[in-house]
Amino acid sequence: MAGAGGGNSDVQWCFSQVKGAIDDDVAEADIISTVEFNHSGELLATGDKGGRVVIFQQEPESKNQPQCRGEYNVYSTFQSHEPEFDYLKSLEIEEKINKIRWLPQKNAAQFLLSTNDKTIKLWKISERDKRPEGYNLKEEDGRYRDLNTVTTLRVPVFRPMDLMVEASPRRVFSNAHTYHINSISVNSDCETYLSADDLRINLWNLEINDRSFNIVDIKPTNMEELTEVITAAEFHPNQCNTFVYSSSKGTIRLCDMRASALCDQHAKQFEEPEDPNNRSFFSEIISSISDVKFSHSGRYMMTRDYLSVKIWDLNMESRPVETYQVGNCCCADKSSLYENDCIFDKFECCWNGNDSVVMTGSYNNFFRMFDRGYRQDVTLEASRENSKPRSVLKPRKVSTGGKRKKDEISVDSLDFNKKILHTAWHPLDNIIAVATTNNLYIFQEKLN
Amino acid sequence: MSSENLNSDTQVDNEDEKQDSQEKNANPVKAEEAKLKAKYPGMGQKPGGSDFLMKRLQKGQKYFDSGDYNMAKANMKKLPVAGPDKNLVTGDHIPTPQDLPPRKSSLVTSKLAG
Repeated sequence: MAGAGGGNSDVQWCFSQVKGAIDDDVAEADIISTVEFNHSGELLATGDKGGRVVIFQQEPESKNQPQCRGEYNVYSTFQSHEPEFDYLKSLEIEEKINKIRWLPQKNAAQFLLSTNDKTIKLWKISERDKRPEGYNLKEEDGRYRDLNTVTTLRVPVFRPMDLMVEASPRRVFSNAHTYHINSISVNSDCETYLSADDLRINLWNLEINDRSFNIVDIKPTNMEELTEVITAAEFHPNQCNTFVYSSSKGTIRLCDMRASALCDQHAKQFEEPEDPNNRSFFSEIISSISDVKFSHSGRYMMTRDYLSVKIWDLNMESRPVETYQVGNCCCADKSSLYENDCIFDKFECCWNGNDSVVMTGSYNNFFRMFDRGYRQDVTLEASRENSKPRSVLKPRKVSTGGKRKKDEISVDSLDFNKKILHTAWHPLDNIIAVATTNNLYIFQEKLN
Repeated sequence: MSSENLNSDTQVDNEDEKQDSQEKNANPVKAEEAKLKAKYPGMGQKPGGSDFLMKRLQKGQKYFDSGDYNMAKANMKKLPVAGPDKNLVTGDHIPTPQDLPPRKSSLVTSKLAG
């Protein structure tokens, strides 16, 4: 079983909550497109295809139920992006939220960046629990008082009111990307952030929305020579000059912004040499990296490609130090996965708080955890059938062929329409958020 | 035939085609590849960047453009390409008014917040 403490591998996961509609008829707008905890883990944000952001807040632990950590309840919800139309190219710009990234908290308000294909927005989420009362010229409901009735002067005072959470857009960063934005990442300096599209990466200052610096440009002069695109990018967690970006060819490049203004020359290139015997038409598609994440320590990074999760030591470019097979789809399925576009699915991956366990989603609403220390892995399922409060999740097993044992699921009966692309791990505790197509599951460690 | 030529997808695919019948039984992945090539014979032969990459960069629904539509109807030869960026989906792939999917429904609160 996957453990968070590094030394304890007996973590059992329990169902905690599920959010979203039960019905099978999923409206496109309800498809969850990103999930992200904030830096303290108190807030959990989701973005969907309809351009909406929903933020959940963890309730403080209650004395009545010391067995479980607080539940997540709706804190704020707002429409972040709306559909737009590019009249020049006759193309619709989807409002789907591709990524949400929280800023570290500096004052009472919370800030997050949310992005669709073309525009990044900085949102401020603030609480209001007091309001001024006793105006001289206005009634409490806002109507103006008849000045003839005003005979005395009073000082308005702040009185408590029901908590109101307001989300307001503070900055809109637009018109900097010709291609579709796939990543945003806040720098550890808390002043800048990067945004990456298929061919370029831009650097922004959070305070300045009408200017950005291009730091990576892999667009060839002749588009016919295009061989790879950028698939993900992230800043190093504590070195503010370092960032990485992954490509559709399976390579990761690490860049140092101190070296030059344009980081087309990478400082390091991480690539695992391909086994020539395994080469096929599908090799390149399968090796495309769908997500890259630095460990919290900053020493390692993890990449997700179609079939596996790899851990890289930043000091070694020649090959990953650990490779975990996600499995859950047989090699023989490749042509049908190509035809139904599943082979292009972009799975994300995440680290637990102390970098001892990594997690990623798969098909059939399965998700996988790999304990790096104990070299153990487990497959769990997010489904309404296992949704009794605090019921322990039973590990699932997929049989890859031949004899199928009882309780195992044959790889042919996996539902490829039920995919878990987005998962998130609380930065400190063993609490995970797992998004199926339109539902958000929250699982917690079983506490005795 | 040598299978050591790893310069490009196109070349490897050509070599593989000749070895297909022998390798089909030995290698299930190659069998899958052969299946796909039988269905889409033109695939992998085009020069100039992978089709998938181009498809990725084009993502986004092309709407009805009367200029493109009328040109396609008149079956005119394509004008000289302005630049490498020219949207590849013009000319032949014109959605007609009937093909367009219905406009998305109006904005409502997310069901996650319900």
